[in-house]
Amino acid sequence: MTEAALSPPAEQSVPTAPAPPEVSSLRLVLTLAVGGLVCGLLLVLAFQATLPAIQQNKEAAIERAVREVLNAPQRFVALFVHGGKLVAEAPAGVDAKGLERVFLGLDAASRPVGFAMVSGEPGFQDTVRLIFGCDAEGRTLLGMKVLESKETPGLGDKIEKSAPFISQFKGAAAPIVGVKAGDGSGKAEEIDMITGATISSKTVIRIINNKLEKMRPLLEAYGVETGP
Amino acid sequence: MGNLIWIFISAMVVNNFTLSMFLGICPFLGVSSRIETALRMGVANIFVLTLTSLCAWFLNTYILAAVPFLRLISFIVVIASLVQITEMAIKKLSPTLFRQLGIYLPLITTNCAVLGLAIFQTNREYGLLQGLFFALGAGLGLTLALVLMASIREKTELSTVPAVCKGTALTLLIAASLSLAFGGFAGLGSQS
Amino acid sequence: MKQTTPSQDLLAGIWKENPVLIQVLGLCPTLAVTNTVANSLAMGIATFAVLCCSSVLVSLSRKVIPNEVRISAFMLIIATFVTVADMCLEALVPTIHKALGAFIALIVVNCIILGRAEAFAFKRPVGRALLDACGNGIGFMVTLLIMGSVREVLGSGTFLGFSLFGPGFEPWVIFVLPPGGFLTLGFLLLFVSWREQRAALRAAGADAGAAARRVA
Repeated sequence: MTEAALSPPAEQSVPTAPAPPEVSSLRLVLTLAVGGLVCGLLLVLAFQATLPAIQQNKEAAIERAVREVLNAPQRFVALFVHGGKLVAEAPAGVDAKGLERVFLGLDAASRPVGFAMVSGEPGFQDTVRLIFGCDAEGRTLLGMKVLESKETPGLGDKIEKSAPFISQFKGAAAPIVGVKAGDGSGKAEEIDMITGATISSKTVIRIINNKLEKMRPLLEAYGVETGP
Repeated sequence: MGNLIWIFISAMVVNNFTLSMFLGICPFLGVSSRIETALRMGVANIFVLTLTSLCAWFLNTYILAAVPFLRLISFIVVIASLVQITEMAIKKLSPTLFRQLGIYLPLITTNCAVLGLAIFQTNREYGLLQGLFFALGAGLGLTLALVLMASIREKTELSTVPAVCKGTALTLLIAASLSLAFGGFAGLGSQS
Repeated sequence: MKQTTPSQDLLAGIWKENPVLIQVLGLCPTLAVTNTVANSLAMGIATFAVLCCSSVLVSLSRKVIPNEVRISAFMLIIATFVTVADMCLEALVPTIHKALGAFIALIVVNCIILGRAEAFAFKRPVGRALLDACGNGIGFMVTLLIMGSVREVLGSGTFLGFSLFGPGFEPWVIFVLPPGGFLTLGFLLLFVSWREQRAALRAAGADAGAAARRVA
């Protein structure tokens, strides 16, 4: 390739006709810097103004979800997963934001009624994220709520909207097994899958089983540690 | 590892950036009239996407944790500079390609795919490696969509089309059928 | 520069130079968030607000911003307003914020906003810039609403969440899925180009008629 071919083509088209008055680069930098400062200030103000409401919304959303899957306990506390254990407070020097949270529901006498935890795995379309509750031993489910999914409207999204499907998780014995609707024998671990949305239904079941299997040792250890 | 593969496959075909998330529609409609240009545009995009993913991860991990409200501005600035660098590199390495891409190269800055990648990566809290796989998948998916579109459009140029359909309308209707076809990839992620 | 009246500035964006249907800009949000009317409305309002604010600010500071760094300055202004809009939506309507997700942040790269700043607001006084921004914002919102209505009514059989056809209706699910977005916009553009063609034919017919009368 020759030198000419390598020369950038755009430079030939640079307008040579009346150049606009030269602006010093100092002014360019200064304008942008002042502009950036003003924008930054505006953002800080807006951030301060909206932060309380945003946090309140987020807390309220979590609270609603936890209450729903733990059958409205008296109150609940957040525990952190750290070093293969559940701890009530993040250890010193560890950022609590980076730790996974498990919610412990308590009854009026401060006895544990169950744990709620969040998990997600690939579904039919995109990752399905859900929260579910189980009793203090991790043997019986208390409820399930899908937090995020992009499953097919009208079919797969029934995992989120169909009340008969969702209510089955209340009282089901873990690990749960999916059966074709109507084929069940009435055992406590059976969940009737949604017709036409087998993959989405299986995803929900898989997420709960996998998560519970991973967390059960932690739940049991926590019960022994803090138990009577 | 399985997680990484799912992120890659998901970004490439199941949730293809262009055909199912509508990111990067501008080049999809603009530079898809010839296969060769489409391919090159795709490669330029893969390059920018990968770099963006790296930078976004770096920014998120080391700088933006304290000032989350500056995220959007910093992303835009980083992407604009990255595109500028890519432009200079391409200009130096392949002037022909530079001429062919023309206006669409600087337009990568306002390409939703690049900013979208940075934002999705942040929202889903991907790590460095996950982010890279996500970017590669997204870039390949974008290239795939561009090339498919270009090969169909090369054919339609030779056939008679009702005058009303000429232009963007026809391209969108073709995109609809492509998008429908990509719907068939759904379910790839669930193993059961 | 072509002289225009204030009302022309306002009206051009709504139909004659509609940003989506005629200029084919800002397709990403038009396709991505229009699967329900509520989402379309929220997206339309957010974009409208950002467009108006940034056009006004760009126009106000047009004498201060040097030509060389104007695009960077525009991006700075737009990104600021989008972040503010994002935070406001999250604080006020969290459900909508969740449904729109990353697409609020993506208003930054909506070509309509940068386009209006570059093509109009940077050269005109504030009042005109605001009118132009309003016109384009309304044009964009109307298009989103048309898309949203078609897709929600056909795809879920509801309008703003209210059931329209009763339980006997089998929804055309495809319309709320991604292909439906392409399909709806494709047909909308077909309609626009059909109207343009008809108008052109009529004009030609009228010309021919006038010519024929002159000859007679």
